[in-house]
Amino acid sequence: MIEVRELTKRYGEHVAVNNLAFKVEAGRIWGLLGPNGAGKTTTMRILTGYLPATSGRATVAGFDVFDRPDDVKRSIGYLPEIVPLYLDMTVRGYLAFVAEIKQVPKARRKAAVARALEAAGLKDHAGRLIKNISRGYKQRVGIAQAMIHDPKVLVLDEPTIGLDPAQIREIRELIRGLRGEHTILLSTHILPEVTQVCDGVVIIDRGRLMASGSLEELAASFEKSDGVLVRLRRGGAEEAALFRGLPGVDRVALEGDEIRIEWGRGRDLRDDVARLALDKGLGIKEMRSMAGIEDLYMKVVAGGLEQ
Amino acid sequence: MSNVMSLVKKELRAYFSSPVAYVIISGFLLLVGYFYYSLIMWFNGAAMQMAQNPYYAQQVNINEMVFSPLFHNMTIILILVAPLLTMRLLAEEKKTGTDELLYTSPLSIGEIVLGKYLAALIMWAVMLGLTAILSIFAFAWGNPEPAPWLTGYLGLFLLGALFLAIGLFFSSLTENQIVAAFLTVVTLLLLLVLSWVTSSGGGSWRSVVSYISFSEHFEDMTRGILDTKDFVYYASFSFFGLFLAHSVLQSRRWR
Repeated sequence: MIEVRELTKRYGEHVAVNNLAFKVEAGRIWGLLGPNGAGKTTTMRILTGYLPATSGRATVAGFDVFDRPDDVKRSIGYLPEIVPLYLDMTVRGYLAFVAEIKQVPKARRKAAVARALEAAGLKDHAGRLIKNISRGYKQRVGIAQAMIHDPKVLVLDEPTIGLDPAQIREIRELIRGLRGEHTILLSTHILPEVTQVCDGVVIIDRGRLMASGSLEELAASFEKSDGVLVRLRRGGAEEAALFRGLPGVDRVALEGDEIRIEWGRGRDLRDDVARLALDKGLGIKEMRSMAGIEDLYMKVVAGGLEQ
Repeated sequence: MSNVMSLVKKELRAYFSSPVAYVIISGFLLLVGYFYYSLIMWFNGAAMQMAQNPYYAQQVNINEMVFSPLFHNMTIILILVAPLLTMRLLAEEKKTGTDELLYTSPLSIGEIVLGKYLAALIMWAVMLGLTAILSIFAFAWGNPEPAPWLTGYLGLFLLGALFLAIGLFFSSLTENQIVAAFLTVVTLLLLLVLSWVTSSGGGSWRSVVSYISFSEHFEDMTRGILDTKDFVYYASFSFFGLFLAHSVLQSRRWR
């Protein structure tokens, strides 16, 4: 549904997107993951026809972004990073205007606005001025605006940024609810957003592709070792050393207030780790599985910080 | 065309859903009304005196003594009002990021420019229409000639069309409304004072400069003269302004 090949965007000397290639299958939710400044917004702007690429190709819903921009624009719903709202309009008036310029036929416009209001949970706010609604609701208006013409593809740039945790959960819920009807590409710099919402991910850093594929594929290829991250009430270097003695453990590392304990794939030492912590009275505050993709992303981000 | 109309409707709603339209229209009417009132009062006094003398009585002409100076005053007010109507149109979209919605919708750049321009032009037509009401009194109790009055209003409308096209161009250049408005005022004032320079200069340079200035083209129309040359001037300069605005927006698409 979305295909990007050898896509490059230069701003003078600066290369924002560098030879990027990835694919998103129809009906799936894909995450575009990367630290700030990785080229996520630029990639999305090229896909939606807002910016021209320097070189390379991109097709959306079978149309070339450069040769058939109007067909692409009709097939895409786009939530830009800065939600494009006219603050002096009411929610309903704004959605009606967007329906007009997205060329929803006149007979279907009213129904389209009603459907978008319903889907985005805005029914009770339809008559309010956009400038008077909360940030979370503005974000919902942004999503409603993106889906007003029932596009095949939704491109959402940082849909949960700047929201409080309850709002984030609501927006994620909303996006999950759109799975199947739409192909969705959403950008984020928060890994849990990908693991909770997406079927697959494209990880980019400084404009380059680092990894891409479905979450299962990535997990299988990168997760050669299994392990846990534990947070202990007494969790210093001394305590970390205790775990090194556990049979089967390959690697133990102290990372901040967390201890990372790894072992070869195929075994499960979680019970042993917990038993040791209980026996020694270390006080388990938290223990969670280490995800391979998380590891990969941390490496990407750390690599970005080193240079 | 329906795309253009959607944008026109949206812009007109934006003018009237904020204080902008009300403030500009009432301020404009106040100024025009005051000029009109003082010109009429002056005309009354002058006409009384001139009527004493049979020779001068022939020359009492409300078109020349009231409407012609009024129309000239209105061009000066328009130099200040036109930038206020256009400064927001493209600059604000860029500033608030709403341009991203427009450019990722199936709208052509031409439709965007035209929609914005027509909305401003409709505002100007409404403002002119409201000032025309004042003239009812002159027609009810005097006997002005309708032809120069009509061509005067046509001239004002066309002049507005030209000013608004220039204003729209400057709005396309920047995301700062004050910069857009100020550059427009400067340009329009230059177009006005160009004709003053020509009174001292000479040769072909002089005729070029006086062609570019709007004063002469407008002067004809307040006297009831319709000349193709003036229409060509207004149409070509308005089109040029819109073309420049279009080019600026289009340049975003250059690879």
